[in-house]
Amino acid sequence: MRKMCLDMVYELARKDKRVFFIGSDLGTGTLQKFKEEMPERFFMEGISEANMIGLAAGLAMEGKIPYINTIATFLTRRCFEQVVIDLGLHNLDVRLLGSGGGLVYAPSGPTHQAIEDFAIMRAIPNMTIIAPADANEMRRAMLQSLDHQGPIYVRIAKGGDPIVTSDDIPFRIGKSLLMKEGSDVLIVTTGTTLQIGLQASDQLKKWGIDAGVLHIPTVKPIDKEAILSYMEGVSVIVTVEEHSIIGGLGATVAEILSEANFASPKRFKRIGIPDVFADQYGSQESLMRSFGITTENVVTTIKSLAGSELLPDEAIKREFAKE
Amino acid sequence: MLSNEAKAVSLDERSKYLRRRIIQILDVTRRGHLGSALSLLEILRVLYDDVMLYDARNPKWNQRDRCILSKGHGCLALYVVLQDKGFFPETELWKFCESDGILGGHPEIKIPGVEASTGSLGHGLPIGIGFALNAKHEGFGHRIFVIVGDGECNEGSVWEAALCAGKHKLDNLTVVIDYNQYQSYGPTREVQNLEPFADKWKVFGFATKEVDGHDVQALRSAFSSVPLEKDKPTAIICHTLKGKGIGFAENNMKWHHKSGINDEEIRQLFDEVEI
Repeated sequence: MRKMCLDMVYELARKDKRVFFIGSDLGTGTLQKFKEEMPERFFMEGISEANMIGLAAGLAMEGKIPYINTIATFLTRRCFEQVVIDLGLHNLDVRLLGSGGGLVYAPSGPTHQAIEDFAIMRAIPNMTIIAPADANEMRRAMLQSLDHQGPIYVRIAKGGDPIVTSDDIPFRIGKSLLMKEGSDVLIVTTGTTLQIGLQASDQLKKWGIDAGVLHIPTVKPIDKEAILSYMEGVSVIVTVEEHSIIGGLGATVAEILSEANFASPKRFKRIGIPDVFADQYGSQESLMRSFGITTENVVTTIKSLAGSELLPDEAIKREFAKE
Repeated sequence: MLSNEAKAVSLDERSKYLRRRIIQILDVTRRGHLGSALSLLEILRVLYDDVMLYDARNPKWNQRDRCILSKGHGCLALYVVLQDKGFFPETELWKFCESDGILGGHPEIKIPGVEASTGSLGHGLPIGIGFALNAKHEGFGHRIFVIVGDGECNEGSVWEAALCAGKHKLDNLTVVIDYNQYQSYGPTREVQNLEPFADKWKVFGFATKEVDGHDVQALRSAFSSVPLEKDKPTAIICHTLKGKGIGFAENNMKWHHKSGINDEEIRQLFDEVEI
């Protein structure tokens, strides 16, 4: 996904002279073709995120569209005030490409794990947050980023994530995508947890539970209208994200749900990283497992929330009881 | 020391006039960063009177020289100078910090003539580097001036930006430092010593010059001679006096920021400017 993201920066720069690239101290050879073909728009500015954001703001004030790439934690935590004031307050067309969103850097420990990037970027007025599900969606999102007004934070997931979206699905910033219809349950996902949501929906079928999957590639501004519409007809809503349960997708959906005042009762659960730093290394997958961000846990959670109301068949109920 | 000489410089009628304008604003609002504005008033006056190219009727004119007041708390000086040049009507001065005014306690880009919203320190120089890189990229000849405070130079982002400006040989960029040697808590040498200050800028790749920041002729000469060296950004260290021109406010930290200014104090401020 990162490769697609940076390839798109190159592609956009080739067709639009307003596009500049700014990196901190990225791996040698990063965007080599860009550097060779358009050196006057390629900047590698060292480990100095505050300056990098201000510099990009100055370029954007002059009509340029800078794309900045470094590790997500450094783009969101280290230079937060520069992002708020230089980019948010001035509402500038700067694109922040955060590598290793979520638990990608599991072996590197908590300093490199972007577990609250949605939360802190979401609190900034004018900021748009995009978390594509796969490389295909990244491509579509990057194409739209060029002419979007205001700053954008793009969360880049791990490379090689399974491709679950296609060009048949139109991508528009700020719009959700109903990946699967369902009458009983709504699973709301963002980024690569779409894959988990789709698998969970499949597995729930054998329990007679019809679970829809709503994918939210734009965490902010969130597609409130669609979320309300799809929540209305179901009795169980579960959010799944590779992010703290504080301030991210689940919290945003909870805010929408709590103000919706639906006539029918809803059962709701946020699945994500609890309010802790990771206390173990391992892999992205092992940390996801330890936090319960897995297909199995989504299925179990939904079955538990659904209870007897959504498990009509006695045989299924008995099997459920055995588990 | 140039800093001692700064105390001795007498102010001409224009400098006194601009100070009276600042006090007129205080008379209406009864609050503001007076000391911080008075130390940089001659810097701004000279830039806008004698050095920079701009069009007050077309503030976004592409070829204009750009000035960022990075030490945004000195905005009272910027406001009286910009208004004097016709960027916005005089009535705005009397609505300082009012809900229906455009002039707040720190400058924002909605004000005609203001290039960047500042107030939180350490932001102006990186933005100025973006301006300077763009001018180089486009082949434009305009210049970029960024005014920073000495206390502001405690910020790491200032030095990140200094490294970057030196690396890119931004000789269209000038950092103007209002070195009044006081910050909010006390003398800079006690809070966070900056010396040897000029040497620091030199080793970061800047051509440097030190001037008396209240000597109008010296400022004209310094600003008009930038870049001091080809392929190097310039740092002009202006030795100034906090509260310059108002005896009882000079180096008096009670006047760094003051609110609840009473009638008697307003009268004393006006009287002091006339001396």
